[in-house]
Amino acid sequence: MDTEKSILEVSDLKVELENRVILENVNFSLNKGEVMAIVGPNGAGKSTLFRALLGLIPYSGTIKWSNEMRIGYVPQKMALERDLPLTVREFLKLKSENYKSVLKEVGIHEHILDHSLGVISGGELQRVLIAWALLGNPNVLLFDEPTAGIDVSGEETIYHLLQKLHDSHELTVLIISHDMNVVTQYTNNILCLDKQMICFGETSEMLHTQKYFQHLHEH
Amino acid sequence: MNIDLLPIITGIFVGAAAGYIGSFMVLRRMALVGDALSHVALPGVALAFVYSFNPFIGAFVALFIGILIIWLIESKTTLPTESLVGLMFTFALAVGLLITPEEEIFHALIGDIANVTLVDTAITVVLSILVVVVMQMIYRKFVLSTVSSDLARSSGMSVSGVNFVFLLLVAIIVALGIKVVGTLLMGALVIIPAIAARNMTTSLSGYARLSSLIGFASMLAGILIAEWFALPAGPIVVLASSAVFGLSFLFRKS
Repeated sequence: MDTEKSILEVSDLKVELENRVILENVNFSLNKGEVMAIVGPNGAGKSTLFRALLGLIPYSGTIKWSNEMRIGYVPQKMALERDLPLTVREFLKLKSENYKSVLKEVGIHEHILDHSLGVISGGELQRVLIAWALLGNPNVLLFDEPTAGIDVSGEETIYHLLQKLHDSHELTVLIISHDMNVVTQYTNNILCLDKQMICFGETSEMLHTQKYFQHLHEH
Repeated sequence: MNIDLLPIITGIFVGAAAGYIGSFMVLRRMALVGDALSHVALPGVALAFVYSFNPFIGAFVALFIGILIIWLIESKTTLPTESLVGLMFTFALAVGLLITPEEEIFHALIGDIANVTLVDTAITVVLSILVVVVMQMIYRKFVLSTVSSDLARSSGMSVSGVNFVFLLLVAIIVALGIKVVGTLLMGALVIIPAIAARNMTTSLSGYARLSSLIGFASMLAGILIAEWFALPAGPIVVLASSAVFGLSFLFRKS
């Protein structure tokens, strides 16, 4: 691994759950500060890849993070009950007492701190989860469909926020996304999955050369 | 009126601790687990009656074996916890009913707070405090793994370890509460204060504290009323906390 630049190298990654192959033949590497989109249809193994990268599930092959890696993880969405008795403030305090330091940066207004996590809007919850991830002072962020369940205007703001955070924290970012406009606008690399790796390369190059990706783009 | 303090002290400690632990059980949708686990204790209580040792010890050992089996099966299979508890509960109830001496079955099922000894009270006070303290120690991990198991595990927390400690705390509280309200009604001590508190609060700290307070107050009121009217305390305690639950609708959070 070129330790100067590289932050992640994945080779021959294979994930099997209950004797069923969920994902295989995944090979890619990522440099510090790059933004990579992971695209593919439902059930393609995108979230499984994240879970393997986070060390949450068993896998074979190699996942090699650089030594200085600190991951922040923003899960897809959480099934929260509306009357969950847990305020935004209490949730963030589970991670750090110093939670106020990131509020402004992610655009969380203080007045929602005492609202229950179950009643805030999808966009607000997404910001709270991003704040949660930032509290660990990460240099790598994993976003699982950052805009699932958020309306279009909210979606754009979340991506602007991601862009801003990427620039200000020099973050390496991995995003699972279905939105091809966003993928082409914000990312350097694209990894296409469909139970195995279909393609991997620079965004600009992939847009023109990969049939699979064009197929996704058209849909 | 001559009031015996031992049942009251025993009752309020177990009531407050059961309310506190119950709030976390309801948070994790484990309310019926507490109810069912209390029945798992019955064979242990029955053996204590047969061989004349403290029913708390019998109950706790039976519960410990029960949760160990549930936890092991849970780790090895994808069967839902509730269904495993359902199996354990009916199995244990069947065994318990067969071996409990006939003259003791009533006390085993609805409790016998009037006859607590000083040793019972001392065990209850110490263990109730211990349960609350340990819960506060695992609070952060427990709440986070309840909200999102992936977030907890990606933060390096052992979800399985926390779950086991929590089940152990539940087992202790259930074993203590059985003396007061019996195996049939124990579920009420953990469920009702929590759902009443949930009606009235939005924050977790407020919810857990209020649940504990409701557990404490309904236990105190229930024991005193039962003593006054010479009725068994267990059912009256459950009616008292049910009344608080009814009243909680008047103070619903907005």
